[in-house]
Amino acid sequence: MLDRRELMKRAGLAAVATGFGSLSALAQDTVTLPFDNGERPLVKYPQKRAMIGLTSRPPQIETPFHIFDDGPITPNNAFFVRYHLAGIPLDIDPDKFTVEVKGKVDRPLKLSLKEIRKLKPLELVAVNQCSGNSRGFFSPRVAGGQLGNGAMGNARWRGVPLKTVLDMAGIQQAARQVTFNGMDGPVMDTTPDFVKALDIDHASDGEVMLAYGMNGEDLPLLNGFPLRLVVPGYYGTYWVKHLNEITVIDSVFDGFWMKTAYRIPDTPCNCVEPGTAPKATIPINRYTVRSFITNVADGAKLTAGSATLKGIAFDGGKGIKEVAVSIDGGQNWTPAKLGKDLGKYSFREWKLKVKLAAGPQQLKVRATSNAGETQPMEPKWNPAGYLRNVVETVRVTAA
Amino acid sequence: MRYPSLLAVAAVTATAIVAARAAPISYTLPQETAAFKPGPNLEVVQNNCIGCHSADYINTQPRDAKSKRDFWQAEVTKMIKVYGAPIDADAVGKIVEYLAATY
Repeated sequence: MLDRRELMKRAGLAAVATGFGSLSALAQDTVTLPFDNGERPLVKYPQKRAMIGLTSRPPQIETPFHIFDDGPITPNNAFFVRYHLAGIPLDIDPDKFTVEVKGKVDRPLKLSLKEIRKLKPLELVAVNQCSGNSRGFFSPRVAGGQLGNGAMGNARWRGVPLKTVLDMAGIQQAARQVTFNGMDGPVMDTTPDFVKALDIDHASDGEVMLAYGMNGEDLPLLNGFPLRLVVPGYYGTYWVKHLNEITVIDSVFDGFWMKTAYRIPDTPCNCVEPGTAPKATIPINRYTVRSFITNVADGAKLTAGSATLKGIAFDGGKGIKEVAVSIDGGQNWTPAKLGKDLGKYSFREWKLKVKLAAGPQQLKVRATSNAGETQPMEPKWNPAGYLRNVVETVRVTAA
Repeated sequence: MRYPSLLAVAAVTATAIVAARAAPISYTLPQETAAFKPGPNLEVVQNNCIGCHSADYINTQPRDAKSKRDFWQAEVTKMIKVYGAPIDADAVGKIVEYLAATY
């Protein structure tokens, strides 16, 4: 828990600035996300380039969308950040860091980073997407972090399968779930600590991993240095940062962040009639399938005639089978050429040459996964603002 | 985990420097710039809300709720019931009044 003096230090400038009721001396660059009340500061954090600031304490920053056009891998210094609680570990000694494995295991462990790095490594490319990515586009709007489409990223993660560590500890017969806790925590003792859980079979699938490397470097501090959980295909809420406590339990975990928060409607579409509440809910899990045009911004003015559209697609772990593009508002669709396959959990690049007629045009893109799941033409709604995957539309004018 | 005391963090950092081991990371967050807008009961809001989160949590929320009072009452209730914010009963109405009138 933070003491009051530290708290005031962290809150300091805001308190002072409020006293004068003006921030004119602190003028900064801003961007405006395309929904009401979407103005955001461009903020600069250590280890990060200029990012879209959502909140400062705890930090939540999103990736400027044009970065997704630079390639299928999101650079570490442009990767989004989402914390829940303001007690963030700012001073970390990797030589002293340990992660505990305990609970229903035969041999409780306390592993140093060095010991973890000695275990046989696993590398995989996987998207990390915030559950609330794109929440600002919900209609009717819902409370929560009002994000554009930049609370996602794709990285090459390096670490050790969680299974390796669980096998070393020896899972007992009674095990049902594994819980994950990181060094970050609440300011008040009365606030529930951020702890997540996975079923034991999922945790032992050999792909869920303890990652210490990201795109060939250490994790940036704000992305979970020195160790984070990577849960391929699953929303970012499970990717616990600064991971230092792994507990095998013989029950279904009932902590706030599993039992009450991060829930989606228990209906076939995981959606409900806009503005209504679901009767029953389940924990959020795999990503819905999504695709984006990355090289043309909404409202762009283009030259009529030949143009190449490009972008990215991803899903919850089956991989992308097809990406189709429409340049006439969804009447006709043409399959795009898919880029290099970096794995079923990765962004998949696509591109397509099109001929744009003069006038206003609606460009749309729709991905289909290897499981046959595709994107709806109309948005689905849920009260927490999760799972958005409507076919995206970019409005342009060609002349 | 619960946040360690600052003293403990400082001690760990100091030891690491003396022992000249692999460099510990010491990260400095940028200063906060978001501030609450002027409005009724601003002082009550500052005393109760700023301890756990910055003001931008509030000023980025949607502005089109059918009833702003209901929207903000639900948020303040969530802060108390779910996140354990120690807000006195007589402050709740004042905070909701400020939020509904200002955002």
